[in-house]
Amino acid sequence: MSHETAMAEGGFWRDSGRTGIGAWIFSTDHKRIGLMYLYCVLGFFLVGAFLGLLIRLELMAPGPTIMTAQTYNAMFTVHGVVMIFLFIIPGIPASFGNLVLPIQLGARDVAFPRVNLFSWWLYAIGAVIVLTSLFTGGGAPDTGWTFYVPFSARTTTNVSLAVFGVFVLGFSSILTGINFITTIHRMRAPGMTWTRIPLFAWSLYATAWVQVLATPIIAITLLLVVTERILGLGLFDPTRGGDPVMYQHMFWIYSHPAVYIMILPGMGVISDIIPVFSRKPIFGYKMIAFSSLAIAAAGSAVWGHHMYTSGMSDLGVLVFSFLTFIVAIPSAIKVFNWVSTMYKGSISLEAPMLFALSFILLFSIGGLSGLILGAAATDIHVHDTHFVVGHFHYVMFGGTGFAFFAAAHYWLPKYFGRRYKEKPAIVGWVLMFIGFNILYFTMQVLGMEGMPRRYYDYLPEFARLNFVATVGSWILLTGVAIVVWNLWHGLFKGEAFTGNPWGGATLEWSVPTPPPTENFEQDPVVTHGPYDFKGAGIP
Amino acid sequence: MSHLEKDSFGAKLGMWLFLFTEMLLFGGVFILYSVYLTRYPKEFGLGGHQLDLVYGATNTVVLLTSSLLAAMSVTAIKTGAKKLTLGLLSGTVGCAFIFLGIKYLEWSAKFHHGIYPNSPKLIAGPPGESIFFSLYYLTTGLHGIHVIVGAVLMSWTAVMVQKERINAGDNVTLENVTLYWHLVDLVWIFIFPLYYLIL
Repeated sequence: MSHETAMAEGGFWRDSGRTGIGAWIFSTDHKRIGLMYLYCVLGFFLVGAFLGLLIRLELMAPGPTIMTAQTYNAMFTVHGVVMIFLFIIPGIPASFGNLVLPIQLGARDVAFPRVNLFSWWLYAIGAVIVLTSLFTGGGAPDTGWTFYVPFSARTTTNVSLAVFGVFVLGFSSILTGINFITTIHRMRAPGMTWTRIPLFAWSLYATAWVQVLATPIIAITLLLVVTERILGLGLFDPTRGGDPVMYQHMFWIYSHPAVYIMILPGMGVISDIIPVFSRKPIFGYKMIAFSSLAIAAAGSAVWGHHMYTSGMSDLGVLVFSFLTFIVAIPSAIKVFNWVSTMYKGSISLEAPMLFALSFILLFSIGGLSGLILGAAATDIHVHDTHFVVGHFHYVMFGGTGFAFFAAAHYWLPKYFGRRYKEKPAIVGWVLMFIGFNILYFTMQVLGMEGMPRRYYDYLPEFARLNFVATVGSWILLTGVAIVVWNLWHGLFKGEAFTGNPWGGATLEWSVPTPPPTENFEQDPVVTHGPYDFKGAGIP
Repeated sequence: MSHLEKDSFGAKLGMWLFLFTEMLLFGGVFILYSVYLTRYPKEFGLGGHQLDLVYGATNTVVLLTSSLLAAMSVTAIKTGAKKLTLGLLSGTVGCAFIFLGIKYLEWSAKFHHGIYPNSPKLIAGPPGESIFFSLYYLTTGLHGIHVIVGAVLMSWTAVMVQKERINAGDNVTLENVTLYWHLVDLVWIFIFPLYYLIL
């Protein structure tokens, strides 16, 4: 990659004691670490998207199309593992969180810069372990990303190594969480009171708590899978007195809160972009900040809704169903507040705003379909069908994925000192949006009609809609390709980007472009709120 | 908050957060314990009686002593007593080794009786017994790993004290490592009654 062009821009790109790759992989500068995360997560996103394309190609027509059933099982497992653990969990918090958070708070770096670098190394090591597991031993894992026992304890594929890799990635996530909580508590500039913290930072705060409190459970659960395979403890083996459903509980105690690790930072990005492009202070700042915490708290007690059909008591199902509906309240608060912010605003439809707007729509569809799954009665009908797959992709890709690209178009020019071209960005966005809906809305219809998820083959009556969905995946990926190429080309070779063209009032827009290594020439004193455009002197 | 001076409060905050994650890690094991105890109370009772109370109790005393020495080392470094600090830290690490030694004896005795994960004896026995001993090895093994990590950290801290990188003015690292050691101790304080006493 051509760092030279951008390095000439100065700022943190040039200002470093070391040269070459060592100046990056051993740097404790949060901006460099953030960019390294960004390159990695973007790379893994493209890998995961390619695997998704292959899955859709296989499902384009009934019967074997391009791969064997075993390969298909490995495909959807690896697609899930790569997208969940390598892209979407570190996606926004580790990349944009690192890039933006300290500057938004008026700090020179995170609280523990060396731990931050260590997190990145753990991420890189975990990623290498996961990738190694695909090509060694008994072949790529074929259990699905959930690693359910008893199959994961018995399959001959390379589950142990993959699971160990995910364990290491979890450690990285925990350390990032600890770092961000401490940073937000201790590193705020004078005047940066709790109600002046930008909402992106608030969302990272809520996310970090979930990372800290939920991730250890997946760590022990995955260790148990490894010990089950290596030592034969039998803790989940029914023939030895163990209970496989206990695995499901422990897995989802983490993995449900984990979806809030994925979505909360995305919501934070949207909360920062909407007011800037509506030229209006955010509506309901406190409620948005509070609802992040409420989602994090309520979301920790709803894992059972993944297990309605696994033999839970009716009372258990009712309680989990009720709690699931409670999570919808803070999510809806956010959506209403974003829409209210735009009301009578001076809206400018540039690339970041378009991604943000589509986030609101796609996340709402995803969230509402989540309620169909969360209601005990309707869930029985759509459980383990393509409806779930469609729902999940609406919230995760339509939500977090679109927020990721919104953040990329919003913040990256500031860090590269160059910008992408607006037209290709919008063309790419249109294609993504259309392709996305063709692909995933069709999936939801398929699920309603009864097409199961994770099946290699299907009945002929599902053929037409599967074909439509596959065509949607091509449109979607064309859009993604245009957007990524446009970003890449623009950020390294595009026009110069200076100052604060969009008129953001948060602190990252007050520093030079690209930001210097120390972020601020003088430690700032904050005198206005994050969306107080008048106070920031922006016309 | 000035960014140039060391923020020892922040460092301790970070450490406490990390300790939460450790508690939750062991929390997962304790959840399994409570679920399976409810399911197999009789087998758990029988299994508990096969554990050696003398080994368990001795190890509890050893760990409590080590925690006391560790806590004293923090007080010592704050008064600038380098030699005393080093002595107390060595005492802590020594206790860790004694603990691991006793654990080794205890596990060996169990192995000798054919009680180890996936052993023919456990497979042939009632399911609850196998679950009990699997949990026993899992919990004490995971705790043992933490004892080893703690001992390594304590030794590293001692080197830092020797080099005076940790001193009367700047000793938050020692305090944090001590916090970690107390956690290792605390987890044992839960393991001991759950496996050796109440069954």
